[in-house]
Formats: sequence, C-alpha cells, structure tokens
Amino acid sequence: MKKDNIVKILLAVFIVLFSVNNYAQEYGVEHVDNEDTAVHEVPGKIDTKEEVTEYIDHHLQDSHYFNFFSDGATGDHYGFPLPVILWDNGLKVFSASKFHHGESLVSLDGATYKLYHNKIYKTNSEGTITYGEDGFPTNARPLDFSITKNVLAMLVVSLLMFIMFKSLASAYKNKDIPTGFGRVLEPLVIYVRDDIAKPNIGPKYRKYMGFLLTVFFFILILNLFGLTPLGINVTGNIAVTFCLALITFIIVQFSGNKHYWKHIFWMPGVPIPMKIVLMPIEVLGMITKPFALMIRLFANMTAGHVVVMSLLGLIVVFQNWIAGPAFFGFTLFISVIELLVAFLQAYIFTLLSALYIGMAVEEHDHHPKDHSEDIPVI
Amino acid sequence: MEKLINDFSFGLFFWQALILVVLILLLRKFAWKPILDSLNNREEGIKNALLSAENARKEMQNLQADNEKLLNEARAQRDAMLKEAREIKEKVVSDAAAEAQAKADKIVANAQVIIENEKNAAMVDLKNQVATLSIEIAEKVIREQLSTTEKQHKLVEDMLADVTLK
Repeated sequence: MKKDNIVKILLAVFIVLFSVNNYAQEYGVEHVDNEDTAVHEVPGKIDTKEEVTEYIDHHLQDSHYFNFFSDGATGDHYGFPLPVILWDNGLKVFSASKFHHGESLVSLDGATYKLYHNKIYKTNSEGTITYGEDGFPTNARPLDFSITKNVLAMLVVSLLMFIMFKSLASAYKNKDIPTGFGRVLEPLVIYVRDDIAKPNIGPKYRKYMGFLLTVFFFILILNLFGLTPLGINVTGNIAVTFCLALITFIIVQFSGNKHYWKHIFWMPGVPIPMKIVLMPIEVLGMITKPFALMIRLFANMTAGHVVVMSLLGLIVVFQNWIAGPAFFGFTLFISVIELLVAFLQAYIFTLLSALYIGMAVEEHDHHPKDHSEDIPVI
Repeated sequence: MEKLINDFSFGLFFWQALILVVLILLLRKFAWKPILDSLNNREEGIKNALLSAENARKEMQNLQADNEKLLNEARAQRDAMLKEAREIKEKVVSDAAAEAQAKADKIVANAQVIIENEKNAAMVDLKNQVATLSIEIAEKVIREQLSTTEKQHKLVEDMLADVTLK
C-alpha cells in the first residue's frame, strides 16, 4: 500500500518534470531578444548560456501574457493575452495582444506605450528606450494595474481556495468527519491551528486564525503551482512577498498591547540611558522582522526556480547523451527538494507571523513586579 | 538591489493586497469560522464522550465497590449473628447447667435438712425408747436383785464398804 503510493508520487513527479522539460525548451524561445537593439528578433533555439540566463530572467518576471508554450521555429505563441489596465492621466484598458509580444507599439490618446522586458514604458512615437547609468530604462512608466499572469494566478488560487474550503466547511454540516479531499485539508487546518497558532499566540489565537490559515494555504498553493509547468512564479515576486509581509506587519502593530509598546519605546528593567539606546533598536526590529519575512520567501522561491531552470538549461547547453540524463536526474532531485521547500516556506512564513503576533499580544502577568527579569531574549 | 526595485510592480502589489484582504475576509466568514467551529465542536464532543465514558467507568467501579462492601457487610453481619447465636447457645446451656446445679444443690440441701431432721426425730424417738427400755430393764433388774431382804441388806453393806471416811 505504502509502496504503491511512493510509486505513484514518483510517477507524478516524473510527469511534471517531463512537462517542465518540454516547456523549458519551447516556451523560452520567444523571449530571446537582444539587449542592444531592443528589437524582438525571430527567435531561434536556446542553446547558449546567455540565452538560458535571459530565459530564466524572463521566467522569474511577471508577464502580460499567459503562454503555455511557443513554437521556436515559426515564432507562434500558444496561450492567451491578458488585459492591460493603465493609469496614466485616466484609465486605459486594452488587450495585451496589441503589443504583439513586444513587437508593436500601442498608441492610445496621444501616448505611445512599449512592452519591453515584460514591463510597459511610455516612449516617443518611434519606441526608443533610453537607459540610465545603472543600465535600467529611464523612460516613464505608467501605473500598471494590468491583470498580469501573477494576478491571474492569484485569482485562480483564491477561487480554488474558496471552493475547497467552502466545500470543507459545508461537509461539516452533515457529518463530523469530512470525506474525499477534505480529509487532506483537515489535518493541515488542524496543524496550522495546533502547531502554529496555539503554541505561539496563546489563548487569543482564534482571532488570527483567519489570517494565518489564509496566508498558509495561499503561499503553499502558489508555491506548488510554481512547480508546475504553468510557469508562474508568484511567491518569488518581491511585490507579492512585500504585500504579505506588510499585512503581517500591520496585524502585529494593531494587536500590540501596552506591554509590547512599552518594550519597544521604554524597555522596562534597564537603566534610563539604555532605554534611550534601545528605543531605536527596537523600532528597527519592528521593521526588520517583516522585512526578513519578505526577503526569505522571495529569495527561497526565486532561488528554487533559478536552480531548477538552470539545471534544465544545462541540458540544452551541453546537448549530449551524458549531460542530458545526468542533469535530468539533478533536476528531479532539486524538484523534490523544492516540493519540500514549498511546504517549508509556507510553514515558516505562517509560523513567524504567528510568533510575531504572539509577541505582540503576550500578557506579562506572570512577571515579577519589579520587572527585573523582563529583558526579552532577542 | 536596483534590479529588485526596478522589478517591483506597484500594480501587482495593489492586486495582491486587494485579493489577499478580500480572500481573508471571505474565507473567514464562509470557511474558517464554520470549519474551526465544527472542529472545536467535534473535539469538545470527543472530549465529553471520553469524559462521560470515564465517569461511567468510575461509577461502575463505585458500584462494584459498593456491592463488594455490601457483600462484605452482609458476610460480617452473618458472621456476627452466628457468633452471637453461638454465644447465646453457650450461655443458655451454661445458664441451664448452673441453674440445674443450683436446683439440684438446693434439693440436696433440702433433702439433707429433711434427712437430718428425720434422723434427729428418729434419734429422739430411739433415745426415748432406749430410755424407756432401760428403765424397764433396770426396774426388772432392781426388782429381781432386791426381791429378798438379804439381798437388800447386802447391797447396803456393799455400799457402806465403799464409803470411806476421810
């Protein structure tokens, strides 16, 4: 029975990897463009290190298209364009198909927009991109509220989560124990409650369960989606992790009781000069905690994607019978680790959020009155 | 770092914030609250069931202990009753024996008194008869011995011979 399951899982991983492999060879082709001319060339094969690097860079970024794969030889893309929503002296909505994958400029209400490296810039009518000293374009960028690939992925995941947990919730109406997929979800929910929320937050955990559970499953499912050949990399995007960390930050600050604030601004139990020295350090600590959350999730997911895709890219670069299976094996190994990391990062983000909330809501009744032992362990 | 800042998309941030907040609120209302409530209820139910099972077990034990106690008490009572009965029996027997002894003693004593009295009476009677008989015999003897004048003189002489003057 157990052996069967392991075989099944391995088979599933194999299938996923095969599709990632195919995808890597087919999808990236369209993005190979030349930095100097900034013109999208008719793509050829990805077979140099530069092209692989370029491809990985593009994969990690958000996109205005949802492409499943592209045909390198003909330059055809199989997928669908997503709506572009710009705020530039008024709301402008059009389909990303107008950009023709960056080959065409879009002129709208007297302004010209160019899609360059997955970002929309305002250009002159010729579509010239000027570069600053740091190598990044200096052209103005309109506020881009487009439904990009990442936004779409988040919407799909949200919908999925809503359906999954709504059905789990309604499953409890009829019987005590859920059936089917609910049996998978229930232990995870109980795990978040008993092993993340309760020990770290304490008796007030119930108030924060909504946030913790949502964030846990949101990150977990997006991480797992990132491992599929859909080629999305939502949790490896700094804007997404920034938002997640910001919400944690806001919740922590709003749940902080007077002990929490006292510990930040007027540390009890230390001499007054130390109190003054500790104040900025504690205020900085307030910000570094969610900052670490943001960077940790972002870096872990990005690194995972880079490693997996680099290994796949090496197959393409070497193109021989020894390197192919060898790097395929490496990729398989790293992908299994990534599967673990997907769970681990969701767990760590939720755990640390719970920990910070717990620190903010902790009651200090058990402390001695003189607060002599009140120095927190950093 | 510049690359990160360049890559930061405000639009994505905006959508993410919106989606996440709406998702948290929706799930909280429609999913987490009922799920957690049901889980809590279920756990409470299990806890209560276990507790009542434990209580029932304890009650059973108590009952058994009570039974045992009652049985022991009954047994002790029986033993006490038997012992008492035995004691009573012994007492009755010994009492009866003592009473019988006393009665017998009394009867014997009475009998002895009566016998003594009878004996005394018989003795008195016997003595009287012996005295009468003796007197009669003495009378006859005396009459015989003093039937002649010589014999009377002889007696007086004997008697006088015995008398010595001092």
